[in-house]
Amino acid sequence: MTTPTWTSDEIMTVTAARSLGDGMACFVGIGLPSTAANVACRTHAPGLWMIYESGTLGASPDHLPLSIGDGILADTADTVVSVPEVFNYWLQAGRIDVGFLGAAQIDRYGNINTTVIGDYDDPKVRLPGAGGAPEIAASCREVIVIMRHSSRAFVDKVDFVTSVGHGSGAGDRDRLGLTGAGPARVITDLGVLEPDPDSRELTLVGVHPGVDVDDVRAATGWDLRVADGLQRTPAPTGTELSVLRSLTEAG
Amino acid sequence: MAVPLGEAVGQLIHDGDTVALEGFTHLIPVAAGQEIIRQGLRDLTLVRMTPDIVYDQLIGAGCARRLVFSWGGNPGVGSLHRFRDAVTHGWPVPLEIEEHSHAGMANRYVAGASGLPFAVLRGYAGTDLMGNNPHIKTITCPFTGQELAAVPALNPDVTVIHAQRADTAGNVQLWGITGIQKEAALAADRVLVTVEEEVATLEPVPGQVILPGRVVDAISVVPGGAAPSYAHGYYERDNAAYKAWDAIGRDRDAFGAWLADLTGAAGPSSSPDPDTEPVGRGA
Repeated sequence: MTTPTWTSDEIMTVTAARSLGDGMACFVGIGLPSTAANVACRTHAPGLWMIYESGTLGASPDHLPLSIGDGILADTADTVVSVPEVFNYWLQAGRIDVGFLGAAQIDRYGNINTTVIGDYDDPKVRLPGAGGAPEIAASCREVIVIMRHSSRAFVDKVDFVTSVGHGSGAGDRDRLGLTGAGPARVITDLGVLEPDPDSRELTLVGVHPGVDVDDVRAATGWDLRVADGLQRTPAPTGTELSVLRSLTEAG
Repeated sequence: MAVPLGEAVGQLIHDGDTVALEGFTHLIPVAAGQEIIRQGLRDLTLVRMTPDIVYDQLIGAGCARRLVFSWGGNPGVGSLHRFRDAVTHGWPVPLEIEEHSHAGMANRYVAGASGLPFAVLRGYAGTDLMGNNPHIKTITCPFTGQELAAVPALNPDVTVIHAQRADTAGNVQLWGITGIQKEAALAADRVLVTVEEEVATLEPVPGQVILPGRVVDAISVVPGGAAPSYAHGYYERDNAAYKAWDAIGRDRDAFGAWLADLTGAAGPSSSPDPDTEPVGRGA
C-alpha cells in the first residue's frame, strides 16, 4: 500500500465539496462547511451561490472567513440583507437548495445536536447552541452534514435534538410539517453515509481510500448498515488538493 | 448630542434591566459592554442572538442573572468558557438560560419592533428546544390550518448598538452587515448607540441603515468601540484577540486578572479597553 498524500480531513472536505452542484444556492455554516463550499466554487462549481447567516447573499470571499460575519463576506456579496430577511425571505420561503452543516453529535436518523452533551439541565458539556441550524435543517431543499467520525459523535440517539434530521424514521418529517427533505448525505473523514430510502436510517454508502468498513463501524455508535454497491471515494485530484491547501494555509 | 459613555450607561441601564447589546459579528458594542462591567451592574437579563466574548466578560464579571440567546460561542475559535462555567457550575453567580434558534430570536425582535405580542415562524418543530423552553409554542394558522411556531415579542428595556457614524442631530448610520440592530433598537424602551465618529452630515453609503434620532436616547462617541469585532470602513476584525480570549476565558484566575485590569485601571470612564483599541482609518 502506498502512503496517502492527503490527510483524512482533506479527503472529507474534498468529498463534501464534490456534493455541491454548480449554480446551487447553499446556506453555509462556518468551519468545515465553509471550507468545503469555498473549494467547490473554486473547482467544479464556480456558480455556487453561497449564503452566510449574517445576511451576506452570494458571497465570494478571496480567503476563508474566520467567522460567519467577516467583512470579506459583505465586501464580496451580491447583497447584504438583515438577519430577519435572510431567515424569513430566503430560508423559510424555500429559496435555498442545500444547507451545509457541521455538528457535535448526530444519530442514526441524522438528527443533530449542537446544544449540550449530557442532561440539558445539568450538562456535562455546554455547546454553543442552535444558531441557524434548526431552520436550515427544516427548510433547505436538502441538507449535507460534514463532521469527523467517532463513536462519541455518531450516537444511537443524540442527547438533545437541536435540528431535526429524519426524526425517528420514515414519515416523521412529513408529520412535523418540515418542508425540506432533510439530511441527504453525511460526509466524514472515513466515508459517506446516506439515509436508507425506506427506513431513513443513515447507512454507509462509501468509504475513503484506505478505510475499511470495520473502521467505520468501530467509529459509529450504532450497528451501522452497509449499502449494497458500497462506493470507494475517488482520490482527491491535484487541483482539489492545491485549492484546498491554498485556502487553509492562508487561513 | 453625544454624551460620555460612562454617563450614558449610568443614565440608561439599571440593575435588573433586560439589556440587548446586539451585533452580528460586526459592530459589536464591546466598549459599552465593558462599561457595564466597570459600573458593576447586577442581575441583568442579557439578550443577544450571538453572545460572544463581551458577553463572556459580562457573565464572568457577575453582571447577568439570565441569558436569552440563540448561539453562544467564540466565533471561529470555540466555546465561551465563562458562559460554560456559569451554566455548569454557577460561577461566579448562577445563570439562567433561555435559548432559541436564530430564526426565532430574529422574529421575536421583529414582533417587538412591530408592536405585536408574538411572532409566527416555520421553525422548532420536532426539536428539543421546544420542550425545554416554555416561550416556544405552536399556533394554528386560522386561514390554512397549518401548525406553526409562535414566540413572544422581545422588548428589551435597553438596546445598545455600535454604529459607524451619527450626525449632530442624533441620526445614526450603519452599514456592512447590519444584522438585527434596527429591529433590536426599535423593540427597546431605551436605545444607546456608540459610534466611531460624529459628523455634521451623514453622507449616503450603499446598504446603509439609518436610525432616526428620535428613537435614540443617547449617543456616545467611542472610536474603536466595537473592537475586537470590526467596523466596516474603519477597522478590521482582530481575529488574534478572539483567539487570545480563549486562554483568558478558560481560566478563572486569568479572567480575574483581566477583570482587575479592566475595572481597576481608571474606574468608570468613556475609554474603551486600551488593549483592544484599534486605530481607526476613516470611512
